[in-house]
Amino acid sequence: MLTMTHLAKVYRTELVETYALRDFNIDVKPGEFVAVTGPSGSGKTTFLTIAGLLETFTGGEYHLDGIEVSKLDDNARSKIRNEKIGFIFQAFNLIPDLNVFDNVDVPLRYRGMKADERRRRIMESLERVGLAARAKHYPAELSGGQQQRVAIARALAGSPRLLLADEPTGNLDTQMARGVLELLEEIHREGATIVMVTHDPELAARAQRNVHIIDGQVVDIAEEPRFHVQAARAASAHT
Amino acid sequence: MFGYYLDLALRSFRHNRVLTTLMVLALGLGIGASITTLAVLKLLSGDPLPQSSARLFAPEIDPLGKDSTTPPERLWRDWGNLMTWTDAMNLLHARAAQRQAVMALTQTKLTPQAAGQHPFYSDGVMATADFFGMFDAAFQYGGGWSAQDDENRAHVAVIAGFLNDKLFGGKDSVGQIVRINDHDYRIVGVLKAWAPQPRFYATSLGGRGYGNGDAVFLPLQSAFADKMNPQNVNCFDTGIDANHLDTAPCAWVSLWVELKDAADAGAYKTFLSNYVAQQVSLGRLHHPEVNLPNLMGYLAQQQIVPDDARLQTNLAFGFLLICVVNTVGLLLAKCLRRSREIGVRRALGATRRSIFAQFMVESAMVGIAGGVLGLVFAELGLFAIRQQPAEYASLAHLDPAMFAVTFVIALVASLIAGLLPAWRACVVAPAPQLKSA
Ligand SMILES: Nc1ncnc2c1ncn2[C@@H]1O[C@H](COP(=O)(O)OP(=O)(O)OP(=O)(O)O)[C@@H](O)[C@H]1O
Ligand SMILES: [Mg+2]
Repeated sequence: MLTMTHLAKVYRTELVETYALRDFNIDVKPGEFVAVTGPSGSGKTTFLTIAGLLETFTGGEYHLDGIEVSKLDDNARSKIRNEKIGFIFQAFNLIPDLNVFDNVDVPLRYRGMKADERRRRIMESLERVGLAARAKHYPAELSGGQQQRVAIARALAGSPRLLLADEPTGNLDTQMARGVLELLEEIHREGATIVMVTHDPELAARAQRNVHIIDGQVVDIAEEPRFHVQAARAASAHT
Repeated sequence: MFGYYLDLALRSFRHNRVLTTLMVLALGLGIGASITTLAVLKLLSGDPLPQSSARLFAPEIDPLGKDSTTPPERLWRDWGNLMTWTDAMNLLHARAAQRQAVMALTQTKLTPQAAGQHPFYSDGVMATADFFGMFDAAFQYGGGWSAQDDENRAHVAVIAGFLNDKLFGGKDSVGQIVRINDHDYRIVGVLKAWAPQPRFYATSLGGRGYGNGDAVFLPLQSAFADKMNPQNVNCFDTGIDANHLDTAPCAWVSLWVELKDAADAGAYKTFLSNYVAQQVSLGRLHHPEVNLPNLMGYLAQQQIVPDDARLQTNLAFGFLLICVVNTVGLLLAKCLRRSREIGVRRALGATRRSIFAQFMVESAMVGIAGGVLGLVFAELGLFAIRQQPAEYASLAHLDPAMFAVTFVIALVASLIAGLLPAWRACVVAPAPQLKSA
């Protein structure tokens, strides 16, 4: 589904070059539920935004569903994001001017669907997350957990094959976090591929596979100490 | 998708009422000011006779005495095509053009026949027969008089439609008698509405440059014989006998000629030169220079359009520019505030083009709203101008063409204003907007 080989991402500012990802290799199979963990600043979000075609990379290769994406233009990347990928962000990122119904509508609009087809899908995915009754509410009128469930409904409405979630429970309390995770597990059982970044080891443990990122590289958890040393060295090199 | 962008724009306006009101107000004010001044400028500098102006020419000669040191160009700028009775009649009778007419303005005292109506004064034109045909004056009833009537000093008259309404209730009054300055004139024609702006034929004759049409038209020779006084008499010698203006050294009539093309105009100018040269050799005239501007050239020479009309228009468009820049700023601020929304839309599959289109539709709607408001402001502005004492004031109106121009200006202004913000919006990188919590 998602294969990165020797991928590199460098952020260049006037003063410094930051290697957010280096020699980054990962292979996510279709239907997998992968949890990504790692210390703050290790490159988890960077990995996810590149995986979701929101950002370009500076080296290596990335195949998504068999397509080498670095050669695609903006239109093609937008189309893939729209049709194959669903995003869930830590900050929910609902559009405040739009009500719940219209927020879920956004990806469907860009797909150019007919009105009744859109309506059917929106109500279906809102029922899925248990918020059909709140369709006319605005984001500001919902709790954090409800907002995140709207965001999940929005990600689901276009029936994407790949769901990318960046700390989807980061802004939620334990109770609401559990609800969101159960929803993701259910979606996974129905066949979606899920990559979820999380800080919470308990949530990570419930995924099929854990990937640990340190200093922009995927590491084997068993070898953790070695990489702590390397991370320290890299950190001092940057200053 | 257009419907979706329209819907989004309306929502965005609802959620940013103050900002939207400010933008519409700014554009509306700028457009209103521009349209108001443009309408006035158009009124002032328009072509009074679009159908025939290219064929109408104003022969100009220099009738001043031999001691005159006034350059002819200055004389023509001040006097236009004003000339003496003798020269005007000589040129009229030479019939060297397709049509020609000599004219002067006068105040007429009208005494209605009907009982209970009091005498009143009206603007009158004294002219020769070709006046109506040359100047596109169409008739509601009857027609003009003939060159024969001119020579016979016939007591015939043409009256304006509005005077016919007043005197005869709008009925066909051909054959009726009107009493003008205590002489009876028989009506031969009633004009349809006719009031060219600017009043190109009137300025050198002492009339206003703009205004509603003249009421009464009389054969020049008849009116002159009845001792009607011309509005403007410029004499250039001492010891003038004002009772014999036909022989006095005074310029007080003007001549207009119709010539079908440039070759004809060239030939007429040669004719005019030859005539003046002949008169110089006879000792009647002393300056051989002649000039033959066409109608629009004549208006430019006479500088009828007040300079401040142009200045005001330039200022108004400068103001519009400031309003557009201001709108750019507001749209830009609004767009930057929405960079997170843009990031979300991009993440969910919006192409750069669709983000661009969304923001342009929003700008265009601001522009249309600004255009509507601008029309309201323009109507208010023109209403204010109509209350002014200037002679053109009462004519200041918006015509359908200006309506269309308003919307073109509004749309172009808002699209220009929207271009930068929309471009900024569509190059927003989605990722950084979504990372932060
Ligand atoms: N736009 C950017 N410009 C420069 N450096 C950046 C940019 N975005 C990220 N970085 C750097 O790249 C590295 C990885 O950042 P990233 O956001 O991927 O970390 P993360 O693992 O998601 O951290 P967290 O757990 O705190 O969310 C960091 O060192 C960060 O400073
Ligand atoms: Mg992160």
